[in-house]
Amino acid sequence: MSNPHSSHDVPQQSFLRKYVFSLDHKVIGRQYLDLSLVAVTTGMILSWLMRLHLGWPTKAIPFLGAISPEAAGGIITPEYYLSLMTMHGTIMVFFVLTTAPFAGFGNFILPLQIGAEDMAFPRFNMMSFWVTFVAFVVLLAAFFVPEGPPLSGWTAYAPLSAVGKDAGPGQGWGQTLWVISIAIFCIAQLLGSLNFIATTLDLRTKGMTLARMPFSTWAWFITSVIGLIAFSVLLPACILLLLDRVAGTSFFIPSGLVISDRLQPHSGGSPLLWQHLFWFFGHPEVYIAILPGFGIISQILPAVARKPLLGPRVFIGCLIAIAFLSYTVWGHHMFMSGMNPFSATVFSVPTLIITIPAAIATLLWIGTLYGARLRFTTAALFCLGFISVFVSGGLSGFFLAQPAIDSYLHGTYFVVGHFHFVMGVAAMFGIFAATYFWFPKIYGRMMNETLGKWHFILTFVGVYCIFMPMHYLGLSGNVRRYSSFTVDYMKGSVPLHRFITVAALFTGAVQLIFFYNLFRSRFRGQVATENPWEATSLEWTTSSPPPHDNFGGRLPVVYHGPNEYGVAGKDGDYIMQDSPEPEQRASVSIA
Amino acid sequence: MMNSMAIESRPETARTGVWIGIATISMSFAAYTSALIVRQGANPDWVHFKVPPVLYFNTLVVLASSVTLYLAAGGGPQDPQLVELPATRARREIKWIYLTLGLGLLFLLGQIIAWRDLSSQGITLASSPSSSFFYLLTAAHGLHLLGGLGGLLFVAHRIARRSASQALRAYRAASLYWHFMAALWVYVFVLLAVRI
Amino acid sequence: MVTSSIGRHEGTIVGRIFAILVTIITLVSTAIFLSRIWWLPPDISQLGVGIDHAMNETMVSTGVLFVLAQLVLAFFVWRFADTNDQRKIKTFPGGAIPMVVVAIILVGAEILALTLVGSKVWASIYVEKPDPNSLTIDVQAEQFAYYFRYPGPDGKFGAIHPDLIDESSGNFFGLDPANDTSARDDIVSASLVIPVNRPIQLRLHAKDVSHAFYVPELRIQQDFVPGLVIPLHFTATRTAKTEIVCTQLCGLGHYNMRAYLEVRTDADFQKWLNEQSSQ
Repeated sequence: MSNPHSSHDVPQQSFLRKYVFSLDHKVIGRQYLDLSLVAVTTGMILSWLMRLHLGWPTKAIPFLGAISPEAAGGIITPEYYLSLMTMHGTIMVFFVLTTAPFAGFGNFILPLQIGAEDMAFPRFNMMSFWVTFVAFVVLLAAFFVPEGPPLSGWTAYAPLSAVGKDAGPGQGWGQTLWVISIAIFCIAQLLGSLNFIATTLDLRTKGMTLARMPFSTWAWFITSVIGLIAFSVLLPACILLLLDRVAGTSFFIPSGLVISDRLQPHSGGSPLLWQHLFWFFGHPEVYIAILPGFGIISQILPAVARKPLLGPRVFIGCLIAIAFLSYTVWGHHMFMSGMNPFSATVFSVPTLIITIPAAIATLLWIGTLYGARLRFTTAALFCLGFISVFVSGGLSGFFLAQPAIDSYLHGTYFVVGHFHFVMGVAAMFGIFAATYFWFPKIYGRMMNETLGKWHFILTFVGVYCIFMPMHYLGLSGNVRRYSSFTVDYMKGSVPLHRFITVAALFTGAVQLIFFYNLFRSRFRGQVATENPWEATSLEWTTSSPPPHDNFGGRLPVVYHGPNEYGVAGKDGDYIMQDSPEPEQRASVSIA
Repeated sequence: MMNSMAIESRPETARTGVWIGIATISMSFAAYTSALIVRQGANPDWVHFKVPPVLYFNTLVVLASSVTLYLAAGGGPQDPQLVELPATRARREIKWIYLTLGLGLLFLLGQIIAWRDLSSQGITLASSPSSSFFYLLTAAHGLHLLGGLGGLLFVAHRIARRSASQALRAYRAASLYWHFMAALWVYVFVLLAVRI
Repeated sequence: MVTSSIGRHEGTIVGRIFAILVTIITLVSTAIFLSRIWWLPPDISQLGVGIDHAMNETMVSTGVLFVLAQLVLAFFVWRFADTNDQRKIKTFPGGAIPMVVVAIILVGAEILALTLVGSKVWASIYVEKPDPNSLTIDVQAEQFAYYFRYPGPDGKFGAIHPDLIDESSGNFFGLDPANDTSARDDIVSASLVIPVNRPIQLRLHAKDVSHAFYVPELRIQQDFVPGLVIPLHFTATRTAKTEIVCTQLCGLGHYNMRAYLEVRTDADFQKWLNEQSSQ
């Protein structure tokens, strides 16, 4: 097999090969991160527009009319609001929460952490990124098609998403492009997951047993297994939906629909089939977004607490348990969908049970803090913030997991608050922690810690001001996906919506600190050493940034697990994974 | 900086990749199957029709291609010490690979004949849910099989280069995929024959 | 190691700030929940009591876990900062085992309790058969309105013919009164008027795409699925006028899809019904 990295010396490469169609996992990882940076900015701007509209529905938004023909005069129409919401959800879930923590950081760090020169299939890896890129471009193109951008939500429930133009604006080319984009994205993720799994199984360096694998690598590995199964179901689902839209089939469209006074030429399809297929993917997708965060937190926490993670094997057991259970719970999204009410009870049990491994993991993190010597780097703060928001969002899940309570809260802002905390903000905090932690390894320069700390504190307060009040709105029956609140009993919630809007704009503005820090540090930051955080895993044994072949012609040999902190090692209170010195028991005093 | 020993001891990533690919493809066909079962049970508009007879012939073709691909390796165990493939052997192996490739193309041709057969009877993609699934499953399988043809070409290319270990790795990965394609076709065929 | 001092000593202050923030956020959030400024509207349904009970129970138990977890987090962050003394690290007493045990017992017990309470309530709404004496009303949901159909004096609904649905002539259900005698006296209304204390059974039909039926005061929510007729039953216990809203994204007018629900006394209801059928 040809190995593009078989030589230590970087071969002369064309500009295209080096920076655009690169086969180097580090370049590809950075490309993924840059793509998700563009995506997250887009998604955030969309959320601002939505929030502005919810707070002040009649106010025109300056410049908006000039950018987007759908919002003439800067006024957000009900259908434009739904488009913003659909695109926000789709971009954030697929192109940020899946792309950044999994494909981005996973690509850059995983081969380094297992001591490999590259991924198992560099060409697939390159294709995976560029296919993702195409998917993103196709999705954005939906903004500019004649019938308007799609508005069926990121869940694209049939038959609204399947019947085409008759169902109103956004149901023409916009929705078709949405389906095509997601199908393309599935292919990219399947290629990526295949690569992650094969790399982890086959390319671990000498001594890197599964038990010695860093927690983040474990999490990426398990995430890729989940992704492989989830996306290989979403892809067929998207193909069926596309055929219903363009080829006149009736997979999801039942008989006798009258839309825009026209009897639809379809018969016999099952709308619930789409929901089952979608949520069979959709719920595991939540764990695809959050499990890399689990791994990142568990990887960073010992390094900043200067002590081993509590119960490392228990933690990995939790990851595996979550992966299995994630495939048994999809029906909890469908309690109100008209499926058999018995199955609601059946789905409710694993939904509640899956909280046990999640709760154990959380307790392990909190337990790790006990007796620590915490260094409050920005990465550490985001880890701590992750624990806090994950607890908040996780607990509100207890309400929604119970069908009886869900019959009140389903479809309200309670759900919005819940999933933004538990998969949005928590995963985002994982991304931030990873960025501050691995930035020196990726770009060879340190980020500014003072700016980082301001960024954290303000963001932390901001997200609580945005998403905690959504729970209150939900309790009072405020329905989500409404472009304004004309219903009498919801009018009272407008002041709280204004508060949330102000908080969202504030938190968004705070991210400018992050962007500034990110770009400035890339070029002007303090030059990073090999191992600035005194961490133990293999990526910290090579230069920052690593050479083209990762370890400069040698392959490291591993003697230790990733969890050896709080010991008397030769360099300090830790032992590098590749250090041949003998293993030690952590020099701890038992409380 | 890998010496030849390191290359020899490198795990067969291509074969691992094919195994993972098999898992993925199985999962997506499981999704199609469950969609088919749900859709058939959802409403009484399922129209049964006879699968085109050419598919029986096609099943034999795809099974035969599995056998010819097996014979390409000479059927026996490989000599691990072998570095360079002898020219005569390479020629013989390539012949079998091309035969397999030909059978693969014949199979695809047969699928196209089957589609034309059905559409001439007025059974099209959108005419009924059963025909939708027929076209969908055969097309999905055919596309995956096209990938297998690419794999076979790659193996032929590797054998022509005559590095024994590289050729063997490529062959082991591509043949695993090809045998899976044959097995998957048998599954799809039985599913269609029983349900449609 | 020049950079290894990053975040030590001087960094402890930001740790303290974090601990204080977590405490404040926890206490303020909890206080707002307890104040019930934003809370469920008064319940007007027979089964709402059970749901409110389950809701309160969940609120208390998750609230306790929320406060405990956040405050312990804040305390540990405050207490275990690296102050550059020679203090040795400590392991949590007993290691990971107590964590596993605590999680399984606490969460497990909670799950058992919640599932037992919750599934009973759920079953009474969605699984159990409706009262045979209940008043059956057909609901047609469409982009972006609801229509309600009462069987009229003959007690029978006329059949629905999708091809006859015509907005302009007001034939929202696609009835065929010319050929179908039971359809002739069907009463169609744009708002749902029901008698108090009488079991109601709704049959949900969707004309075009998925919609939902949500009345917070009744504590029920149910999707309309095109192609399916979904039954839903409840009993209102108080006279009231409130709104039915759609909670399933159905297109541009989704935010404005609603209808009034009027719960009247039996006499008032009969009077209304008579007025409707005489029209």
